[in-house]
Amino acid sequence: MNASYSFHGGIHPEEHKNESNTSAIQVVPLPSYLIFPVSQHIGASAKPAVSVGQRVLKGELIAHADGPLSAAVHASSSGYIVAIEPQIVAHPSGLSDTCIVIETDGHDESVSATPHPNWQTYETTKLLGLIRDQGIAGLGGAGFPSAYKLNIDAIDTLIINGVECEPYITADDRLMRERGVLLEQGITILQHITGAQQVLIGIEDNKPEATEAVRSACENRDWRVISIPTKYPSGGEKQLIELLTGKQVPRDGIPADLGIVCQNVATAAAIAQAVLHGQPLISRITTLTGDCITRKGNYEVRLGTPVEHLLQHGGYSREQSQKVIMGGPLMGFTLPDLSVPIVKTTNCILAPSKTELASDTQSQPCIRCGHCADVCPASLLPQQLYWYAKSQNHEQLNAHNLADCIECGACAYVCPSALPLVQFYRAAKAEIKEKSIEQRQADIAKTRFEARQARLERDAAEREATRAARKAEAKAKAEQDARFAGEEDPVQAAIERAKAKKARLQQSGEAGSVSGKIEELKAKLERAKFGLEQAQVSGKEEKVLTALSASVQRLERLLASEQAKQAQTQEGTE
Amino acid sequence: MMLQQVSSPHLRAARPTEEIMLRVLLALVPGIIAMAHFFGPGVFTNMLVACVSAVLCESLCLSMRDRPVLRSLRDYSAVVTAVLLALALPPYSPWWLIAIGTIAAIGLAKHVFGGLGNNPFNPAMVGYVVLLVSFPVHMTQWTAPSSLATTPGIWDSVLAAMGSQAYDAVTMATPLDLMRQNDGLMVSALWQQYPQFGRFSGAGWEWINLAFLAGGLWLLQQKIFNWHAPVGMLAALGLMSALFYDGGSSASGGSPLFHWLSGATMLGAFFIITDPVSGATSNLGRLIFGALVGLLVYCIRVWGSYPDAVAFAVLLMNFAAPFIDYYTQPKPYGRQARDSEK
Repeated sequence: MNASYSFHGGIHPEEHKNESNTSAIQVVPLPSYLIFPVSQHIGASAKPAVSVGQRVLKGELIAHADGPLSAAVHASSSGYIVAIEPQIVAHPSGLSDTCIVIETDGHDESVSATPHPNWQTYETTKLLGLIRDQGIAGLGGAGFPSAYKLNIDAIDTLIINGVECEPYITADDRLMRERGVLLEQGITILQHITGAQQVLIGIEDNKPEATEAVRSACENRDWRVISIPTKYPSGGEKQLIELLTGKQVPRDGIPADLGIVCQNVATAAAIAQAVLHGQPLISRITTLTGDCITRKGNYEVRLGTPVEHLLQHGGYSREQSQKVIMGGPLMGFTLPDLSVPIVKTTNCILAPSKTELASDTQSQPCIRCGHCADVCPASLLPQQLYWYAKSQNHEQLNAHNLADCIECGACAYVCPSALPLVQFYRAAKAEIKEKSIEQRQADIAKTRFEARQARLERDAAEREATRAARKAEAKAKAEQDARFAGEEDPVQAAIERAKAKKARLQQSGEAGSVSGKIEELKAKLERAKFGLEQAQVSGKEEKVLTALSASVQRLERLLASEQAKQAQTQEGTE
Repeated sequence: MMLQQVSSPHLRAARPTEEIMLRVLLALVPGIIAMAHFFGPGVFTNMLVACVSAVLCESLCLSMRDRPVLRSLRDYSAVVTAVLLALALPPYSPWWLIAIGTIAAIGLAKHVFGGLGNNPFNPAMVGYVVLLVSFPVHMTQWTAPSSLATTPGIWDSVLAAMGSQAYDAVTMATPLDLMRQNDGLMVSALWQQYPQFGRFSGAGWEWINLAFLAGGLWLLQQKIFNWHAPVGMLAALGLMSALFYDGGSSASGGSPLFHWLSGATMLGAFFIITDPVSGATSNLGRLIFGALVGLLVYCIRVWGSYPDAVAFAVLLMNFAAPFIDYYTQPKPYGRQARDSEK
């Protein structure tokens, strides 16, 4: 059946799929080193569970999931841990991250897997735990930890994403053609976990073989395999949801708000492997393509394999000022170094020749032709965003919904002036984020300063009051002395006075210290809250967040008790 | 060896600005041929003088602004402006008139505001209006179409371009003028009395407009622009003329067909108001922009005192374009859903 809905915009770039989708998935020989970044997914980095020098087997856990929004990492072959250190990882920033490096021993010895043939009897939480511990994260590109995404109630529609709309990439295409049974099993598990009433499988109509293969694998199911028109970016989660259901994910919401959860076909297959065969995620299918590759095709690559190794195996001829792209030509990023490893989200390695994907076009002024607005899948006005990004007009950028930009690159693709639009939007987004953090910091500093100022003033006033009281007392005493001279025992009177003074000092001192303490606690609480917010914004580890929120709570308790104390003393004095 | 580091996307559709401009020029060809057929070689001398002075002016401005002259000239935007201005001027205009027009268009309307992409007003229309206001006599001397009188030859047109008055041409009021100034004759009587009127509109003019319409439709098919602005303008113009047609009485402003095929209607609808730089941005905005241009064109033609109204209508709406943009921003993904729930 065909899709009955559509979404705004989209482009039809040359597909370049035939270069890599005609041959079966091949295996890549074992590299001598495997490199595992602890962060291959969105969320908290995995925590290394091994030490240098230790021997590990294929499938052995080397870093465990740290909190619910995290995914475990497993060794993809046997060997020795030779390093746990920062290395350049596959990320557009070109920055380093902690990596576990294994020197393979060539035996490729595996740990014994525990299959779960009776998974249907398991509780959902157990299945989710299994998925998390086997390191499954979204293989479509974003790498969102699957267990976290599936841990949601009230799902009625499960969408399986087999769209693969980016040019050149055919990893999902081959997977659907060759591993239909595994895919069917994976979807069954996913449907069981989510309790979805209906299952929609979306596949672009440029993959008739894959569509046919999935249809025949899912013949006995009441799932709907929907052929959707080839258009980029149909494979984007939001776009696919609109294509298949006609609904739009609310702006600040997630698909689950509509009772929908989306999973990629490769993720579904990996979940079947994990549950049915007890196999962790240690390899994935990666498309190797581009004019600089002689043996283009799809490869079952062990995670951790250096890109170099894969390229060599594919017959890579290096060119002057070459670029090697991880991912597709529209959303992929150029690699800073070829030693970076294949990770869970690596669906494609694209090594184009210089003429194939030329990037040296000089940009011209924007003439507001509006072609970008016609193709924007988020229905934005990219031409306006461009002007405002250029002039750093953050107010207008927000008014024109820059935050809704999914950075698909359709605008830049059609731009006749060859403007690097997406780059402008990314920079502007980063600026806005930085500014909002700064603004919040400034606000907190201001309240703290004001609180301190108020405290100092109050202290000064208190001191002034005590001094005045003392003066008045001295005066009164002098008068009294003069009036009742000789009537009273002076020693007794002195003792009385001293006692009274002591009591008074004690009381005022106490009150002063209590209010001071409250101020101090308030300031501390403010600081702690800010720290927590910042940690949340910058996506710190779960553990850090828990510790921070605990300290916020502790401070809140302390503050409450101090305030109670103060109230009591005030009552007492009154 | 270093790996090249560039930001995504790495794939671009190869349809640069110059190609858009060249297609616009190509789409003008039928209209130019029709104009030359009815008004003679003066159409070409107009264009030639305009192009030369526009390129010179553009080069001078670019070098004064320290911009790469050759690379910027190659976007053909100056040539497009020059040709549009030349087509709006009466054929056989003297060279100095055309030169002043192009200098106003390129220097004043375009480069003073920051060059290509930054001009708030349509350059060709600024040039036209500057001339119309400064030299009203020259700007209203349209030669009679070839069906009514013999048009000057090539030599005459060269002489005319050099500023000599020694060429032989019959000038007469355009049908739009006649319609506006008419008080007392029924529309049908007007048609009978003046040879300037053709079948539906002015003699010659109806064919010129149809030729521009053909070129415009080709651009639409080539997706150079969207249908919104032209449709908005033609619909509003048609609606206004239908409302005030008045059964063809002496007070009638002319039929919709008369207005659609008169003067610069089609040139304006497909080649002037579709200028993306000075127009509205979103599709809805363009529809409104076009409709308001159409409305103004009718008002100025029928109740105003200028021979044609497209230039004034476009410039007035250029003022309003940012305002239209502000109110016609499309709803982004994810907003429609929430708003409909409310």
